[in-house]
Amino acid sequence: MPTSIIEAYFPVLLQVLLAATIAGALIALGVLLGKRVKNKVKDTPYECGITPTGSAKERFSVKFYLVAMLFILFDIEAIFLYPWAVVYRELKLFAFFEMLLFIVLVLAGFFYIWKKGVLNWAIEESEQGKTR
Amino acid sequence: MEFIIITLVKMALTAFVLLTACAYLVWIERKVLAHIQLRPGPYFVGPHGLLQPLADLIKLLTKEGVVPASVNPFFYLLAPFLAVTLGLTSIVVIPFTPEFEIFGVKTAMGLTDLNIAVLFVLAISSLGVYGIAIGGWASNNKYSLMGGLRSASQMISYELPLALAIVAPLLLMNTLNFRTIIEAQSGYWFGVIPKWNVFAMPVPQIFSFLIFMTAGFAETNRVPFDLPEAESELVAGFHTEYSSMMFASFFMAEYANIITICCVATVLFLGGWHPLWPAGYGSDLVPPLLLAAAGAMLLFHAGQAVRWRSWDRFSFPVIGVIFLGLSGFFFIPLLKPILVPLFWFLLKAGFLIFVFIWIRGTLPRFRYDQLMRFAWTFLFPVAVVNLLVTGLLVALAGN
Repeated sequence: MPTSIIEAYFPVLLQVLLAATIAGALIALGVLLGKRVKNKVKDTPYECGITPTGSAKERFSVKFYLVAMLFILFDIEAIFLYPWAVVYRELKLFAFFEMLLFIVLVLAGFFYIWKKGVLNWAIEESEQGKTR
Repeated sequence: MEFIIITLVKMALTAFVLLTACAYLVWIERKVLAHIQLRPGPYFVGPHGLLQPLADLIKLLTKEGVVPASVNPFFYLLAPFLAVTLGLTSIVVIPFTPEFEIFGVKTAMGLTDLNIAVLFVLAISSLGVYGIAIGGWASNNKYSLMGGLRSASQMISYELPLALAIVAPLLLMNTLNFRTIIEAQSGYWFGVIPKWNVFAMPVPQIFSFLIFMTAGFAETNRVPFDLPEAESELVAGFHTEYSSMMFASFFMAEYANIITICCVATVLFLGGWHPLWPAGYGSDLVPPLLLAAAGAMLLFHAGQAVRWRSWDRFSFPVIGVIFLGLSGFFFIPLLKPILVPLFWFLLKAGFLIFVFIWIRGTLPRFRYDQLMRFAWTFLFPVAVVNLLVTGLLVALAGN
């Protein structure tokens, strides 16, 4: 075990700097060594050989946004579990039932969003019939 | 001062091994996939294609890195930079060997030893989403945007089961420090079955291990969860516009992430550097014997080289003698306490990496709605139930 906090985190800082240097060097070398030929067609976005129409900064499905929100909710729940796990041996069954209550409350929300269809990415077969 | 020198030496060694491993994983992956599909794979650059990664590196460096006019140049270049930086960072907390004394200095393979190592790895791997999301958005390409969005939402969805699967073994260990976690897994049940977390009492962590590995596949965007790349629908997903070294950067980051995930799985579930069976039954002799057997096999096959593989007659004996020499290192008393644990750690991590490639050669790709449904309505509830069962059994066994 490192004796001080500086001794523990100094290698982390060095490693981040080293990783950033390697990453920067790779990209810089690629730019420096690669030859460059500018041309108008090459500058357009790749769209399987068809002339691109419109911009790619378009609207996208709200599902992605919902997933991001759900992630924040449930990931915070997961983070609460880590300190709980570290002191678990001392508190035992008391800690278990406290956490059980918390998880049941969170899962109630989870089943609500499940039943609301947030997690369903495919179009339902009945809906598919309507749109046809 | 001494501390800084040791840190720098270990860091240079780790960086060299990690970068070489990233480059050669490409070769290993192509070879394994090729043999699964009954073809020889890379063969012509060096003996058995062994110099292929170097040739690829030179090729990628000298290719033009296209920056299309429509992209946002700053974020376009930031994305591969972020991906590689974060991919190479997490290795810092992985301990590879127990503490040993060499030339009067007490140290261990492994760059540092944080008391919050588990959280550090989780934090860095969550940041990995940014490289992909920014790359997909900055490319100003419809395929890239779709690939980036899918990838980001896939990675955050699978992070939940991943985080929950890690908590279950932590209930047994009650620490976030990797070295303590490995040390707690020493010893053997009935003298033969290792006390790793996958075999732990009162509740074996086999389900946590499976959930962790499944989520790990999705976190690193590997088959069967390689939806961001989905060639058949999205060209190449988030890196459609990238070329030359920027393109390679994403793959380097992917391989570095695979190595990290496999190392973390080894630490948390497979007992780190503890051998599969006790040293009393000769587990210390496994690494030298394996290397010696490999060397002897190469020497034997050198004599049998057929005409169209004539370079084998030269390359096989050279590599065979190197292997025999390496097996001798395991008998030097100074190096033995370093090399034997290191061998077992790398063997387990290497086997998990092989499983990653094996599954790529076996399974087809999920459809996107199947992938999201699998994460949220199967893996997440199973991880919660696994956690609660583990918690209950640990609490009852403790009373």
